[in-house]
Amino acid sequence: MWGHERAGVSADTARQRERRLGLLLCAPAVGVMLAVTAFPILYAVWLSLNRADLRAPDRNELIGLANYATVLASPIWWESFGVTSLITVVSTALELVLGLALALVMHRTLVARRLVRTVALIPYGIVTVVAAFSWRYAWTQHTGWLAGASAPLTDTWSAVGIIILAEVWKTTPFMALLLMAGLALVPEDLLDAAAVDGAGPWQRLTRITLPIMKPVILVAVLFRVMDAFRIFDNIFVLTNGAHGTASVSIITYNNLIKGLNLGIGSTLSVLIFLSIAAIAYGFVKLFGVAGRDGRAGSRA
Amino acid sequence: MTAPRGRARSLARRRVGWGVLDLVVVAYALTPVLWIASLSLKSRGTLNDGRFLPREPTLGNYAEILASGEFLRPLLNSIGIASISTLLAVVFGAMAAYAVARLDFPGRRALVAVSLVIAMFPQVSLIGPLFKIEIALGLFDTWLGLIVPYVAFALPLAIYTLSAFFRDIPWDLERAARMDGATSVQAFVHVIAPLAAPGVFTTAILTFIFCWNDFLFAISLTSTTASRTVPAALAFFTGSTQFEDPTGTIAAAAVLITIPVVLLVLLFQRRIVAGLTSGSVKG
Repeated sequence: MWGHERAGVSADTARQRERRLGLLLCAPAVGVMLAVTAFPILYAVWLSLNRADLRAPDRNELIGLANYATVLASPIWWESFGVTSLITVVSTALELVLGLALALVMHRTLVARRLVRTVALIPYGIVTVVAAFSWRYAWTQHTGWLAGASAPLTDTWSAVGIIILAEVWKTTPFMALLLMAGLALVPEDLLDAAAVDGAGPWQRLTRITLPIMKPVILVAVLFRVMDAFRIFDNIFVLTNGAHGTASVSIITYNNLIKGLNLGIGSTLSVLIFLSIAAIAYGFVKLFGVAGRDGRAGSRA
Repeated sequence: MTAPRGRARSLARRRVGWGVLDLVVVAYALTPVLWIASLSLKSRGTLNDGRFLPREPTLGNYAEILASGEFLRPLLNSIGIASISTLLAVVFGAMAAYAVARLDFPGRRALVAVSLVIAMFPQVSLIGPLFKIEIALGLFDTWLGLIVPYVAFALPLAIYTLSAFFRDIPWDLERAARMDGATSVQAFVHVIAPLAAPGVFTTAILTFIFCWNDFLFAISLTSTTASRTVPAALAFFTGSTQFEDPTGTIAAAAVLITIPVVLLVLLFQRRIVAGLTSGSVKG
């Protein structure tokens, strides 16, 4: 009886020790992450309910949802929301197709596999701003090897096209790496058996490989959609949001840091946060991407 | 027409086919990099000739930026800030990842959920409040003012990558050490840490690339070269006079900050691929 209870007690304290150690080890990471995100986003919500213009600090007051009314009635918000959505959808779709092709090359090539994998990492690793400058100068009138006498960055549609090009170039290798991990899940025996039964390469891809990869594809697409919606660096360098190419992140930056209007800027911040949350929620509802599969999402 | 020869020929044809595809990938990945490098080597006179290759290559642009504090100071900032952030993110990340991979404690799932949310977080939503908070705390336009958000946003990546690596470690060795009388902290430091070193190193590379790449925080939370990193400095680069076109110098600076990335990729290709794919398939 005694012995039994003592064993119970010491097992208990061992578990308690483990719990304490676990919490202790997580504390610094959680502390930093919450300090930088949780408190500021709550502060952003508060600021969005205020007239908080740093250029007129004496006129600061609580004005409820008036900032939201201002923003949601403004064509600037809806225009940038439209451009951002367009860029997000088109670039994610292109990245998925190109990323799959690149993944297949990296996975299957019989020649120089190491070289291909190494080179494909360069767009992933390169500083986005550097790549954006390269694209900008390539499309600058007279200077650029792609532009010639034209000035495509000064027209909305061609500028959006170039922004998408820059975004797709930079992030396709990342997509390809995620998809390559999915390709590794497809059993070779199954593909061989299908080939013996007369299935061609296209059939093997669409009937075997893609269905098995579906969870990996969904996670990669979800992650890329959420990331593309935040697009900032490429647009800042390529057009600085001129000619109707401003994304929601660009107008938020302009209002906050250039305009010093914390009230309106924070309203935009909260709206972007809600948009991203809505995308995630909708995706999970539609496709049932489970939380544990969402681990791929961290690979930014 | 024997069968083996036919097979050999079809293999050769397939190799050529893959070789062509490989070349497409190489051209895809390198063209923009070669273009900016070419631009950086162009002289002032040929800068706007629109050719892909420089006609009379010169290092003039490099000489100019290396002589100017407008580039060197941001370069120092970039190196310092990215290194310190990487160190902190890897240390905090390793502690948390060890707990996630090994220990049973309340809030373990919450930590994973929080990390996931932060990985997806729209960073632009934070720059307003962070701007105001950092001004109030005196952190605006300092190294620490960038290090703190970098660590926060690198941590999800660090925690996921490390916990994926930590799960593959032979933990029986830890139990053996514990039975020999080591505490769990001792077991971590002496047995597990050396085994975990490759994963930690990979995580450090990924984290460094992340910090080196950042632009949004760097332009929002700095105002002078005291803490402005190179990507941010590039965007505000002007020629030595108002009337000079900074294209050549921007290209040169862009090439210089690309070199470390290219080196990391060339040296550690396999590790980077392993790190980026480690967590994505193992549920």
